[in-house]
Amino acid sequence: MELAEESFLTDDFLRQLINVGEVDILVGLPTHNNAKTIGSIVQTIQSGILSGFPRDRAVIINADGGSRDGTPDLVTGVSIDDLRPASKVEALRTLHAISTKYANSPSSVLALRTILAAAELLHAKACVVMSPESSNIEPGWISKLLSPIYREGFDLVTPTYSRHKFEGLLITNLLYPMSRALYGLRIREAYSPEFGFSGPLGTQFLGRNVWNDGTEGDGVELRFTLSAITGKYRICQSFLGEKKHVERRAADLVLALRQTVGALFSTLEPDFPVWSVVTASQPAPTTGGGQPSHLEPLRVNRKRLREMFSTGVSELESIFQSILSPDTLAELKRIAGMGEDEFYYPAELWVRTVYEFAASYQKSVISRDHIIQALAPLFRGRTFTFVTENRNASADEVENNIESLCLEFERLKPYLLQLWKSGE
Amino acid sequence: MREMIISELSQALHDIARSFAHFLPRLIVMLILAVLGWVIAYVIKAVLRSTLRLLNFDKLSENAGASQLLSKAALPSATEMLSRFVFWVAWLGFILLGVSVLGIMGLQEQIAGFFLFLPRLFVAMFIMFLGLLAASFFSRATLLAAVNANMPSPRVLSLAVRSIIVVFVFSIVFEELGIAEQTMLVAFGIAFGALMLGLAIAFGLGGRDLAQRFLEKRVVRGKRQENEDEPSPL
Repeated sequence: MELAEESFLTDDFLRQLINVGEVDILVGLPTHNNAKTIGSIVQTIQSGILSGFPRDRAVIINADGGSRDGTPDLVTGVSIDDLRPASKVEALRTLHAISTKYANSPSSVLALRTILAAAELLHAKACVVMSPESSNIEPGWISKLLSPIYREGFDLVTPTYSRHKFEGLLITNLLYPMSRALYGLRIREAYSPEFGFSGPLGTQFLGRNVWNDGTEGDGVELRFTLSAITGKYRICQSFLGEKKHVERRAADLVLALRQTVGALFSTLEPDFPVWSVVTASQPAPTTGGGQPSHLEPLRVNRKRLREMFSTGVSELESIFQSILSPDTLAELKRIAGMGEDEFYYPAELWVRTVYEFAASYQKSVISRDHIIQALAPLFRGRTFTFVTENRNASADEVENNIESLCLEFERLKPYLLQLWKSGE
Repeated sequence: MREMIISELSQALHDIARSFAHFLPRLIVMLILAVLGWVIAYVIKAVLRSTLRLLNFDKLSENAGASQLLSKAALPSATEMLSRFVFWVAWLGFILLGVSVLGIMGLQEQIAGFFLFLPRLFVAMFIMFLGLLAASFFSRATLLAAVNANMPSPRVLSLAVRSIIVVFVFSIVFEELGIAEQTMLVAFGIAFGALMLGLAIAFGLGGRDLAQRFLEKRVVRGKRQENEDEPSPL
């Protein structure tokens, strides 16, 4: 094992890694106050390794962000012996579990950096990062995310999930269609807390100058995926099952925009030589097929969405004048005045809005964080239209609508290029 | 008697001629300094204008809200204004330097005072620019946060933040310039106090019912409603 001359890892953590030696498989588990769920998640991970990779050297690396509920102790305290009676397969090697505290407060970027550094030091061939909040994790997920890397030579495995048709709308209405149109690869969940990667890809990303720049903190998982695409690594998708969280909470939209859209916009500038020459998108190899979206009724307060859109357009007009073209702003003002029954935010206008935001982000017409925040009310307007359009739609119809939005993003890509070049 | 008059007259003419001969080189030096100063000030202006354009100063000024103020007052861009200001300050400096060469009594102290005032003027301008930039940034941040949190009257909140910062900045600027320090201190105190009192009255009396409804909505039902009614974006 080679140690870097200067490592940000603690001496104690390095000592534990040296004791482990080289491994074939590494499971990274970033945590912060996850005591309620972490025990069962670690057991599921162990079970997944035991059943899928019994002959291979494996380690679980817990990167903790200063938990105060004893999460690290729970990770290292789970014994594999508890699983053996229930499992038909015996592990032929010791399964290690190491925990380290990277900081006193949670940071996805520091957690991933710690996991990548550990993977590099242990010469791990295949790695997987698991979310401590996935309440419905199954042992099979480990194999689904690791096998394509370990046995088929892929470098990155992103998951696909079965979701409710109105869940993950930021992904289906912006992140997926835009990343697909720009980077040319149809990765459905480019921003995911669960993913598998090869040792070389991890080492390549660890070596990139993205760790000390303050702007790179948000959305590191998305940057990782886009880095794999631009680096021409082999990428595939694996269907995991239903997407559930520990508790159903209204995610902070602005935070979600910063982590996803902010990360996507900020990578466009350095990646311009790559995405500017992409003319069409290709499907990514996918294993496990997929299940249709859930269609059960979900209460959505459309009135509130429309009101927040209209208020946003009216109150933030001075900000939008710096970001949007006069035509787009005029069109937004027109639809902001519509009643709930006739309100419609068309796909083409949405795509033009997003592209103009991306170009303004590149030009830094105002603070970049303010540009991202200003997108929130407009996204609510688009959410209103998507929910209305797909209220009675079947799973196939929802997929068709998402596909046509993706094609709109691809069709209008020259408009983004035109805006981009005018800012250079 | 006649000879005395002629002698005094010739002496006076001689003195005038000598004084003029003594003064003429100084006048020429002053004119040379003024012309040289104009050339140097013009070069400084041109260099400064190019540098500011390279640094995208107009965009920074736009962000600070200064461009909008200039535009409303039908004044040129911020780059042009600053370039012209520096040109005039530099040229005026050279002219005053030339005037001091003339050796006119009483003007020396005024000229020295002008040169001592210059650093304070530049510091005050710098503070004002940064202050306007901060006022613009924080008022926009307040506006965005208020709109995204669905708070009532986001523009009023934003304007209040901007006003507080601008009043504070101008009080510092006037203090730096040494202009009516006491008056500015009192004016700042009155303006700040009035603003706070106005807000207190607005929220406490005028918006009592609104505040009650708002708090009820946010504290009692807001979280639950938000959980149920807005789908998770990720």
